[in-house]
Amino acid sequence: MTSTLKGVTLKGSAELVADFFSFGINSILYQRGIYPPETFTKASHYDMSLHITTDAKLKNYLTNVVSQLKEWLFECTVQKLVLVITCLETNEVLERWQFDIECDKSAKESSAPREKSLKTIQDEIRSVIRQITATVTFLPLLETPCAFDLLVYTDKDLVVPEKWEESGPQIIDQSEEVRLRSFTTSIHKVDSMVAYKRTNSV
Amino acid sequence: MGCFFFGRVSPEIATTNQNNAFAPAPVATRRTQRQRFERANQRSAAWDLNRMASSARNSNFAERRGKASHSFKRGVHVFTRRRSWFVNKMAQFGFENDIHSILKLDMPITNAPMARWQRKASSSSTSAGLSGLSPGNSTNVSLSSSKTPTRTPGKGKKTPSKMGGDRFIPIRNNKQMDVANFLLTKENEPVDATNTVSAESQKVWSVTLNGYNIEDAKILHLGGKPLNAPEGYQNNLKVLYSQVTTPASLKKTRYISPTPERILDAPDLRNDFYLNLLDWSSQNVLAVALHNSVYLWNATQGDILLLMKLENEEDYICSLSWTKEGSYLAVGTSDCKVQLWDVENQKRLRSMASHTARVGSLSWNDHILSSGSRSGHIHHHDVRVANHHIATLAGHSQEVCGLRWSPDGRYLASGGNDNLVCLWPRVQEGSSGGRFGRLIRSWSEHQGAVKALAWCPWQTNILASGGGTSDRHIRIWNVNTGSCISSLDTQSQISSLVFAPNYNELVSAHGYAHNNVVIWKYPSLTKVAELNGHESRVLNLILSPDNSTVATVAGDETIRLWKSFEMDPAKKKAKERVVQSAGGVIRNSIR
Repeated sequence: MTSTLKGVTLKGSAELVADFFSFGINSILYQRGIYPPETFTKASHYDMSLHITTDAKLKNYLTNVVSQLKEWLFECTVQKLVLVITCLETNEVLERWQFDIECDKSAKESSAPREKSLKTIQDEIRSVIRQITATVTFLPLLETPCAFDLLVYTDKDLVVPEKWEESGPQIIDQSEEVRLRSFTTSIHKVDSMVAYKRTNSV
Repeated sequence: MGCFFFGRVSPEIATTNQNNAFAPAPVATRRTQRQRFERANQRSAAWDLNRMASSARNSNFAERRGKASHSFKRGVHVFTRRRSWFVNKMAQFGFENDIHSILKLDMPITNAPMARWQRKASSSSTSAGLSGLSPGNSTNVSLSSSKTPTRTPGKGKKTPSKMGGDRFIPIRNNKQMDVANFLLTKENEPVDATNTVSAESQKVWSVTLNGYNIEDAKILHLGGKPLNAPEGYQNNLKVLYSQVTTPASLKKTRYISPTPERILDAPDLRNDFYLNLLDWSSQNVLAVALHNSVYLWNATQGDILLLMKLENEEDYICSLSWTKEGSYLAVGTSDCKVQLWDVENQKRLRSMASHTARVGSLSWNDHILSSGSRSGHIHHHDVRVANHHIATLAGHSQEVCGLRWSPDGRYLASGGNDNLVCLWPRVQEGSSGGRFGRLIRSWSEHQGAVKALAWCPWQTNILASGGGTSDRHIRIWNVNTGSCISSLDTQSQISSLVFAPNYNELVSAHGYAHNNVVIWKYPSLTKVAELNGHESRVLNLILSPDNSTVATVAGDETIRLWKSFEMDPAKKKAKERVVQSAGGVIRNSIR
């Protein structure tokens, strides 16, 4: 721990951000009830108790995505990560968690670590995850069985890896947006936002 | 302005109107008729060209004004004014030219000598002059004008009420005049402008529409379908975040009779805590096992039927369970068998042997019959297939005396003499490998044998369990989280629990020390009533299919029916509508 206090390298930053996504996605899936709560276990991370899935299929999927994401974060070729929640029956997009990633492309593997302590970064990450937890209070209840998908916005010139496919943006028709906190490792800056389908209040 | 009618209305009216415009007001009656006609035409004609609409509103307006409440004479006066205004205006516009250009609008483009936008562009000086002369100054017309002239002329007209009595002062909305003029003169001009939209604005559009720029990003996702939770899963947040209104009037306690409605004799009943000898079918038939025979008591007609008797005098019946439809009865016996009986034909359909000890508990889940035995094993039997024994659940070390499938069929709860409550998953259809089911969770909080188990019918994740003499606690579990929601010391052995949905209550049957039945309010677990009468420990408790009555069987060899949950007739009707018909799925599938 003491060694990391010095600062953040590109590699470390990519790892931190990827970790954040892993925990963040798990939190969203738990908080929004996409997966049954009994398939989650508690894990302590960022000095807080987080819910991590135990569903083998989901776990496998998330590791695949996150490890690929880590690579892209390292290359600074990723622009956004979007978690899309769709209604299983109608395929209508109900919720869209968008994480905009700004990469400092000047950072190289060899370049000197940035002066930002791990503790400050984790503090920032913690508050983002806390906010994700708190969104349950205002987001509309997902009444139908839902599916989720992860979209990654990458640079145009990126070679699409095997098993990955291009996709549409899956925008919500008539949405309300709520910006959440952002955090930065000083190499990657992550802005969070959730958009949800406006309930027909008319 | 009258020219708009020329294009739209029949030519006959067009000409007369033109004449009138130049030689106003010959006969008032004729005019009003014509106006009426014009108006009718306006209403019915499809006003597809917006630019016409706004200007026509003004004329329409005037007509209505003239017709509305004024005297005949005044009406004439008004129209002369209006026409003279027209004349003035049209003269300014260069009336003839305008008619021409507008008539040409309606012609097919192919026949036209020049494209309209070209002609317009060439005569831009004229239109500039025109606009300068128009009453509403059109030089400051802009697209951003918030009012769009799309309203149909027939609607939105209002007689201005604050007008003076004898004069008509036309209110011309400046904006509308502006827009109309703009649309007339400039509408087609920006067409070529769109071609020159810069790449920059295209980018901006792309970003606003798609949330990203197509030019410099692509969206990827891992192939395959989006992930979703396993089938049958419901979002339980609904329970948390949707409020069910509990009217305060429910507090008003009903009258609960302290005496049973009916007492039935049950001679030779085995006074054994670990057996389940009573069940009430959805067909309103109460089945009770008296030593080695099963009797059926039809609660509607009151007749009694001996369904079966075991051949061997030493053997006895340990458990009974009706299928959901109430047409078949499963019977667990002391010779380790589970028998299936067709009640209608009083015929044994199957005798399934798989256990090594007496079968003291049974529970149906569609075509799966689960049986718990003294060996501690629970077996799943698929009654449709010859090889009925499809799974073994080994979680208990002692006799399984409580066994209940949740109403949604997702979980099986089992309680044993080893003081454990176990939760098992639904039987995996067609999974050949899993002959041994996995345990979801087990609770070891009870200090006594767990025979009493009940699933909450209105909250699918709630399980109630009750412990034996050394425990005496009712515990309410959330099966999803595994947490104990509440527990209550009843001071008495608990032999049976049932949720009574009519008043959201929990009913418990007790053995030592009180030998009674207690009704608790759920979820507060405050005592609503005690039903005393049994002279020995109450062994089983079962709710009638209409939820109004509980039947208890006790060691004093009586069955007592307590009608404690009768609904208001009005409320009952509302509930009945919700009751779903039980499907005869397995009727044809039992071999």
